[in-house]
Amino acid sequence: MGERIGLEVSLAISEAVKLARVDAVAAYPITPQTHIVEELAQMVADGDLDARYIMVESEHSAMSACCGTAAVGARTFTATASQGLALMHEMLFIASGLRLPIVMAIANRALSAPLSIWGDQSDVMAERDIGWVQMFAETGQEAFDLTLCCFKIAEDPRVLLPTIINIDGFTLSHVVEPLEMESQEDVDAWLPTYVPQVILDPAKPVTIGPVGFPEIYTEIKKQQDMALKGSYDVVLEVWDGFEKKFGRAYKPVESYRAEDAEIIINLIGAIAGTARIAVDRMRDEGKKVGLVRTRLWRPYPFVEMRKALDGAKAVAVVDRALSFGGPGGPIASELRSCLYPLQKKPVVASFIAGLGGRDVTIDDFYTIVAETEKVLETGYTDEYKMIGVRE
Amino acid sequence: MAEKSTEFIPRLLPPRELFAEGHRGCQGCGEALALRQVLKVAGPNTIVCSATGCMEIISSPYPETAWRVPWIHVAFENAAAVASGVEAGIKILQKKGRYPEGKVNVIAIGGDGGTADIGLQALSGALERRHNFTYVCTDNEAYMNTGIQRSSSTPWGASTTTSPSGKESIGQDVPKKNLPKIVAAHDIPYLATACPSYPLDLMNKTRKALEIEGPTYLHVLSPCPTGWRHAIDMAVEMGRLAVETGVFPLYQIVEGRLKLDMVMEKREPVIDYLKPQGRFRHLNPEQIEKIQKGVDEYYESLVYRAECDAKAPMPDAEEW
Repeated sequence: MGERIGLEVSLAISEAVKLARVDAVAAYPITPQTHIVEELAQMVADGDLDARYIMVESEHSAMSACCGTAAVGARTFTATASQGLALMHEMLFIASGLRLPIVMAIANRALSAPLSIWGDQSDVMAERDIGWVQMFAETGQEAFDLTLCCFKIAEDPRVLLPTIINIDGFTLSHVVEPLEMESQEDVDAWLPTYVPQVILDPAKPVTIGPVGFPEIYTEIKKQQDMALKGSYDVVLEVWDGFEKKFGRAYKPVESYRAEDAEIIINLIGAIAGTARIAVDRMRDEGKKVGLVRTRLWRPYPFVEMRKALDGAKAVAVVDRALSFGGPGGPIASELRSCLYPLQKKPVVASFIAGLGGRDVTIDDFYTIVAETEKVLETGYTDEYKMIGVRE
Repeated sequence: MAEKSTEFIPRLLPPRELFAEGHRGCQGCGEALALRQVLKVAGPNTIVCSATGCMEIISSPYPETAWRVPWIHVAFENAAAVASGVEAGIKILQKKGRYPEGKVNVIAIGGDGGTADIGLQALSGALERRHNFTYVCTDNEAYMNTGIQRSSSTPWGASTTTSPSGKESIGQDVPKKNLPKIVAAHDIPYLATACPSYPLDLMNKTRKALEIEGPTYLHVLSPCPTGWRHAIDMAVEMGRLAVETGVFPLYQIVEGRLKLDMVMEKREPVIDYLKPQGRFRHLNPEQIEKIQKGVDEYYESLVYRAECDAKAPMPDAEEW
């Protein structure tokens, strides 16, 4: 059992990175991620973290330098958000293609234009196909715990893929939360020193990042896909092991009062807290409403999602990202694909809310559920509907 | 000059080829020649970080590789940033006892596009952060890998596929970016221009660059028969002509002081360099005269600067 303390969630991630005894950090400042890397810089400056901190000149170079440190066998961490993640875009595919187990925290933030430093999930939703393991935390404790787990998942020889821990910008990154801080001794026992599989070492020259001609490219991508799909079992195994060691359980999908629910709200990240209060109130009013929060985003938890939503009449999906002119919010359209093969499936209504730092309130959830009831009555649903737009 | 001692030189060089034969380079490629020479000096305790480009494409068609040293290619614009990570990673892991001890040369390699254009920011960052690495720019004066498109390093008057000469166009209509000058502004401890046509000079400069602690930079003019449109057996000759005409002066900047390696009172006329190259075929005598004037002025400015630098008080880099 760890020590119970209060800590800003960004700093909780920094603490987890320190406890993981990370070897190298390459990062560039961007709101709302900056506290994470500032704290790491301070830890290195104070001698509390024995790591090389590379203060690069852009996020593109941050991920490039991370590829370099990981390729020589260093446990590597970076953090970014929004435009920074977008600037990294090219490198993200390469990091996973080269099978470099980099861990990255994203404090999710809106994308420009207009410029917005505030939170939503547009940044990471534009990066769904980068081939990284991706997960979302709701609380400070979860952010701390999952960051530790990310290293163990990424570096597992069965996985060897970079891994993202997402936290909502400001609403999670900048709040102080109570959490149990684990000791270095316990973390060391659970997360041993990283033993890389292949590194750049003059004693054993290897070529990393060659040209893949059409005769081989598909096979390499197939391997990578197998690794990402295969990471699913490793994620479960690591989370189970984490629970045994530290007593806190994590599953790919988290349900709240959803067992007998007719309408289930599905979302990702910190707004689950508000949704839970809304569910409680609606339950008190006799409405059969529940909540399913998706924690693991890549690989997508198909089986768990189908199970968690089984029996519901409708799912109200809340996306904090917009797929302009598309088939629905990113979470909703993926859920529709997930449920499509089922004979008996709930209707999926897609709602876009909480863009660019706009609060998603309890009232908003009432609106969302009311709209979903309408969908059930009429049998008609729009591709997606934006909630809380000022007229 | 040692260059003329053709009988003895081969015996002085390490016979081992770390950039192996059998790669897919064009016939007569000057850039591949440069890499071969750099690696002969660098030796096996070397990690190479390549930018996307000709040398990366020709050397690594999976599952084959021309690299007998550890090699990584990540992308086009970031060889310097990747090298930053490799250098920093080795440093911390050696400190922690998790990487073999001993000096490892970290070399980043990029073409002129990957260095002067798309990779300029990453290069500047890595130089400014004082990583202990050597950046080698193999400058063939255009995007040869994608089919001879102009770069900022393409010289004035050269015809490329995106700066074609024509009734209304002279070809590239702006002067070549002076990249070594930009690099020198980072006050790095060592910078040199070189050319594979002068193998001993290139190799000596490589040795110096690798020995000196901190970021060092080699700007290597690499004749390209395909892109310059000269005969495939002319790459070495073209490099010599570039130097002997003063088009590409060989110099070093050590701790801020510029030193010309060959001070030529009398230089060959630039037309001798331009004439064998198809990319300059369209130029008329006035235009060639303009190039001659530019080359003369630049060369004389370097001679003057070298004289001044020899006498100039220089800030002591060590103090910083």
